[in-house]
Amino acid sequence: MAVPENMDFFIDPSRCIGCQACVQACGECDTHKGHSMIHLEYVDRAQSTQTAPVICMHCHSPTCAEVCPADAIKRSADGVVQSARKPHCIACSNCVLACPFGVPKMKVELELMMKCDMCYDRTSVGKKPMCASVCPSQALFFGTHEEIEALRPQAQSINRFRFGEQVVTTRVHMMVPESRPEYVDVTAAMEAGPTGRRIALSVIGTSPRTGE
Amino acid sequence: MNFAAAKATLWGVLVTAALAVLIIAGSRNLAHFDAALVGYTFASLFAVFGITYRYAIWLQRPPTEMYWRRGWQVFLDRRYLARNLREWVKRLISMFALNNFIMRRGRRRWLAHWLIMWGCVIAAMITFPLVFGWIHFATPPGDFEHYRVYVFGFPTITFAVDGFGGFMLFHGLVWASLLVIPGVMIAMHRRMRDHGAGAVQQFGEDFLPLILLFAISVTGLMLTASYTWMRGYAYDFLAILHAITVIFTLLWLPFGKLFHIFQRPAQLGVTFYRDIGALGEQARCVRCDDEYASKMHVEDLIEVEQKLGYRYAIADDPARHYQRVCPRCRRSMLAIAQGRLWDRARGHGDSGGTGDIADLLGGDKEE
Repeated sequence: MAVPENMDFFIDPSRCIGCQACVQACGECDTHKGHSMIHLEYVDRAQSTQTAPVICMHCHSPTCAEVCPADAIKRSADGVVQSARKPHCIACSNCVLACPFGVPKMKVELELMMKCDMCYDRTSVGKKPMCASVCPSQALFFGTHEEIEALRPQAQSINRFRFGEQVVTTRVHMMVPESRPEYVDVTAAMEAGPTGRRIALSVIGTSPRTGE
Repeated sequence: MNFAAAKATLWGVLVTAALAVLIIAGSRNLAHFDAALVGYTFASLFAVFGITYRYAIWLQRPPTEMYWRRGWQVFLDRRYLARNLREWVKRLISMFALNNFIMRRGRRRWLAHWLIMWGCVIAAMITFPLVFGWIHFATPPGDFEHYRVYVFGFPTITFAVDGFGGFMLFHGLVWASLLVIPGVMIAMHRRMRDHGAGAVQQFGEDFLPLILLFAISVTGLMLTASYTWMRGYAYDFLAILHAITVIFTLLWLPFGKLFHIFQRPAQLGVTFYRDIGALGEQARCVRCDDEYASKMHVEDLIEVEQKLGYRYAIADDPARHYQRVCPRCRRSMLAIAQGRLWDRARGHGDSGGTGDIADLLGGDKEE
């Protein structure tokens, strides 16, 4: 069993409405049942209501696996970076700190790292991952390139990301404007704040209609 | 052959040779060596070479080498040595004897592992010393009612041949089998029924070790049944069958899942690394200024990544290495980076603006 080659995961954090459906659904997956592996991140809660779902991007050359001292993380032939193998993981947290996307979760009480494995029990038989199957805004979409192109004519997908001097290529794609860059420069966002849905504190004491 | 492989081969040869010397010395120049068990001996020597070779290769990987070095450093640090020794004993019992962390992963998983582990430990403690001729039994002169245990040729305890102690000792492998078989069956049941396990398991990695342990246990029990109740019926055939299952497992030991037996103690080193790291200086995220890990861990990881060829350094500001950004900020930055691309495409520049509540309400926008 393997994830079909023509099926890909597309993420579009700008569409996230923070409903937490993905967080709830994630814990239902059989490969990590009871443990939600998705991060629903509030980008800057004091400044904005902007949220972002963060799943494993399934890097072609996964840093998490390379820095694992116990050979616990394997990438299967279909490009899915699997969660840590239980007999091997020694809970060192190297993967947690090394992942450029901040994905792995350390379960110290279980002496085990767990991470999004693209709901392998589902995707390996052609089903959608739990999060993508419940996301109402399609910030998380699982399907073919043709399907996403038809749905988002003004967007294109990209799977290259830059962190410092390192460019990382992933199996998961991100939706970006048509004038797509060579890569998404994540480090360039170091100083930047939320890019949407800001809370202007001045509106609290002022009526937007009357200005009083 | 590259340097790492040559070094590992040398270690393999040295450790195998050391075991060979111990076999000769321990069996008093093979005087107490049972020639019928020679197949087991050579399979064990091969397994020791393979395990040492793989272990030495493993230790040379940059992250493993770092943890190996740091693990010993923090453990032997004089400031913490007494505390570390106390914790070591506690953790040895909690993690290895009781497998508490596996209990927290799941009760059935724990029961299966605990039964298999202790079955194998008991079997190994009996089998290897007997195979290597390190232990043998002899009746004291003129006393046919007792056995004396000789360890490395030195006389030790004496017990009654027909006593309870003797019965338990001589049937040690039976008790081991009776632990392993239910453990294997629980594990097999889980692997056949659990959808999650079914999605990622592989025959060679997950089923083969269970099948081998089951085969060893059942053929071993058949030997006991043969000589106890069936007057040795088919004993020679069963002995060969049992030997095949054991030898195959020994030869496969360095390659498959059971190698985790030798890797797993690293878990102990990691716990001390974690403890001592928590007592020391903490790394603060260069973006949000929150503490997120021990400084020692972050700096060690930067070194490991450099050795692996990763370039997460930020060229125009080496102090702001990407590893010094906390995982939470990394997740936020990914969303912000995408938002900035859309902002630019919509002509909002880098300051944002799409969907701002202030925009929607007509109020001021906070910069």
